[in-house]
Amino acid sequence: MREPDPRSIAGKAPTPERHVPLVVVGAGPAGVTAAIEAARAGVEVVLVDEHPVDNDMMAMDVPLCFGQRMDGAVRNRAAMLERVVETNPGLASANDAGVDVQLGTYVWGAFVNGPSVQSLPAPMLGLADDRRSWLIGYDRLVVAAGARDVLLGFPGWERAGTLGAAGAAALLARYRALAARRLVIVGSGALGLHTAALALEHGVEVAAIVEVEGRVRGNADAARALAARGVPILTAHTIRGARGRTGEIESLVVVGLDGQGAPVSGSERVIACDAVCLAIGVTPSVELLHLVGARVRFAAALGGWVPELDAAMQTSVAGVFAAGDCAGVHDAMLADPGIASEQGRVAGLAAAESLGATGRGGPLRTPVPAATEAPHAYWQTWLASLIAAGGWEVNVCQCEEVTRRELVETRPPRYLKWDSPQMSARSVSTLAGDGPLNQDQVKRLTRAGMGPCQSRRCREQVGLLLAQAAGTTIDRIPLPTFRPPVRPLPLSVLWPADEPAAMREEWVSWFGIPTQFSPHWEAGMAMDEPTAHTRLVE
Amino acid sequence: MTTTRGAAVVIIGGGVTGLSAGWWLARAGVDVLVLEKGIVGWEASGRNGGGATHVYSPFGLEEQRLWPQMDGLLGYPTEHQPERIGIALTETQLALARRWAEIGELRGFRWELLDRQQVKELVPIAGDNAVGGTYLHFGGHANPQRTVQAYAWGLQDHGGRILQHTTVTGLVQRGGRVITVETTRGTFGADVVVIAAGPQTGMFAEMLDVWLPLAPARVEMIATEPIPLLAVGGVAGNGLYGRQTLRGNLVYGGGPHEWINVPDMATPSHTNTPLVRNLARRLAELLPGAAHVRLIRSWSGLVENTPDGLPVVERLARPHNVVLATMSSVGFGLSPASGRAISELVQHGRCLFADLGALGLARFADTPPDWREHAGWVAARPAVEATAGGDC
Repeated sequence: MREPDPRSIAGKAPTPERHVPLVVVGAGPAGVTAAIEAARAGVEVVLVDEHPVDNDMMAMDVPLCFGQRMDGAVRNRAAMLERVVETNPGLASANDAGVDVQLGTYVWGAFVNGPSVQSLPAPMLGLADDRRSWLIGYDRLVVAAGARDVLLGFPGWERAGTLGAAGAAALLARYRALAARRLVIVGSGALGLHTAALALEHGVEVAAIVEVEGRVRGNADAARALAARGVPILTAHTIRGARGRTGEIESLVVVGLDGQGAPVSGSERVIACDAVCLAIGVTPSVELLHLVGARVRFAAALGGWVPELDAAMQTSVAGVFAAGDCAGVHDAMLADPGIASEQGRVAGLAAAESLGATGRGGPLRTPVPAATEAPHAYWQTWLASLIAAGGWEVNVCQCEEVTRRELVETRPPRYLKWDSPQMSARSVSTLAGDGPLNQDQVKRLTRAGMGPCQSRRCREQVGLLLAQAAGTTIDRIPLPTFRPPVRPLPLSVLWPADEPAAMREEWVSWFGIPTQFSPHWEAGMAMDEPTAHTRLVE
Repeated sequence: MTTTRGAAVVIIGGGVTGLSAGWWLARAGVDVLVLEKGIVGWEASGRNGGGATHVYSPFGLEEQRLWPQMDGLLGYPTEHQPERIGIALTETQLALARRWAEIGELRGFRWELLDRQQVKELVPIAGDNAVGGTYLHFGGHANPQRTVQAYAWGLQDHGGRILQHTTVTGLVQRGGRVITVETTRGTFGADVVVIAAGPQTGMFAEMLDVWLPLAPARVEMIATEPIPLLAVGGVAGNGLYGRQTLRGNLVYGGGPHEWINVPDMATPSHTNTPLVRNLARRLAELLPGAAHVRLIRSWSGLVENTPDGLPVVERLARPHNVVLATMSSVGFGLSPASGRAISELVQHGRCLFADLGALGLARFADTPPDWREHAGWVAARPAVEATAGGDC
């Protein structure tokens, strides 16, 4: 064979600046326990967590929906780092156990060889802080990335003050930096009741809990305790819209629902508040698992798309484990962090054992998640009521300003100012007639989900709307893909200071085949695209 | 499902070339059926730089003539925008940009050479590192995702049919022609068959005992968050191709490709690598005023190349009712013209608007079976299953 094509990736493979036997992503109860168990078994472990997240990232509702309700303290990185350490005692324990804990560090990519990539020297993660990015190679990976908010829109939800339960919990308990005094909580399941109690505990008033169903969904005792503390729970209600004279939420209009789920006109009431917390559901954060090619399935009892796992919490990809909320989230896990910890223990020890380390022994007890009612049916009920009360001219995708109507009509974005009879005849329904609906295809046409929040605020509601339009349920809509970087990072941060010389010297924009772009009327002429060390050939 | 159905023309492959050909045929009133193994335009056709400036090609003049009309002809938006600006950061890059411009000039198009100041006036986010540039008053760019869907919808509007999630598994020949196409969803009769199946085109050719050397490779692109619109969105250079979209995103690709093996009719998943960082750097160098802009997405696509990088668009001598088409990794921008050429090959046996003599299969008669090894165009390792955790 001749030399490998110099313009190909051959000889330019990225070199991780460090290689460790085990990387654990996420320092919640699952990740911390996994890291500690593996370290105690003698494995070198790096534990990466993105908190404290940079203020600019938080302002984009990344990674959780913070709803612009961070107080000024989040700009003080040093103070936030202190708080994150203070509020998570597991970090100190991990440190004591010899774990290399890296905070304020984003994991924005996971890169592995597969059918279309065969050139990587090892599996590796893309990491970054606010200044630079780097690569870290691993032998084993435990993903404990948690869960993110399921959000549904209502008129005025673009205003500052619309949070998700996971974002609110982070601001309350982790950062102690929630800039809201009076909260309305949407959803009375375990998540809503838990969030209400957390808010009260931190001195935030709960103006109301709004529930679409005719009864409180969560634990009756917990609901009574909240009622006793003066929190009104409005069952059979939905949201008409959020109001405010500026870009801020100043009040929320709710409306009662009749037995058929239709809004009862005249039953509107205005609740003064400065924040609305959507506590309808959370769903596992499977971005990194998707990037390494782990098989996922839709598990109604576990909050949506979850990785397929064996008894040792190993995914379909050898050497990659998942634990905690990202492996599947359910109500019992809110009350009992021990469930996630136990999963982390299993995953951490299994990873350590597969590396040849001898753990402390003992059987691995994989907890069986409690079966719950399918949460996506509940999401769908909420969406139906929000459509009934708020209509179709409500943004689904805030970043790209795509309304529910524009989504189901597959309208091109407004800035194209396009109209034609042919276009008007097309819709999600006609697409469904051409084959199973695919959220990525609809995304390309409408742009819903293509903005800087990387579809965190609209993924599930787009899926729900597509399912509704196709007369099916969200579990039948294929999981839309996640693309790196799974955190929106500036070009200057991603900039590879470690770029191999050959990358610069042999770089061409296209294949560098001398005849590819030669004028066809000058047969035999070559026009080799020059590289840093070659000249233009004619 | 073993029912026999069919169409006058069956097109294998719902990529941009097959869809354009199908649309031109349907417009002409021909009964056409497109068979697509996945979703239309899902592979490289819908994930590329969107460039429409290929005046060097036999299809080049027709490409330039058609693009400004495409929105109206299709009835759907393609986001086509005219003109290109090339920014050079070195004298070598400037020489290349000039060469592109001069090829256009030879075809009768107008361009201007820009100095650094002019570059910065036209592209305010360009930097002092620019040595100059070119302003092409020809060429342009469009949105690949919107365009492939427009071809598909337009084709349907003219009575054509598309079957997605339908993989072709065999071609049945009788009397020197392909009479039926076998698929995972039954068998389809055809008077004429067009094979425009991207990296898989070579495998179909092989079924017909026709030698079409193709090497598949993976290439990657990145997309930023939107920034305010530039006066001319078709800005490229520094070894990057791409554009600013009408939404404002900077969408660019370039750099090393990875030669791979595609062992069967399935297309592997669209995986990115740490190359996204190198692309980010190149873009920050090209447009220093955008260095703070956030990267929000990346993607990859598989493209195929012939040994000389030129397309094959030919109506075969035997079986004589087959048109074979691969654009050798440069298919999107040329698609209005290539589709038209294919529709003419189907209807008239020859292309009426261009001489396709340079794009025939005959040029590969002496290409040996192991040509990829000779060229160094080989995969790093044999094709592997998705052991995505790596080598543990």
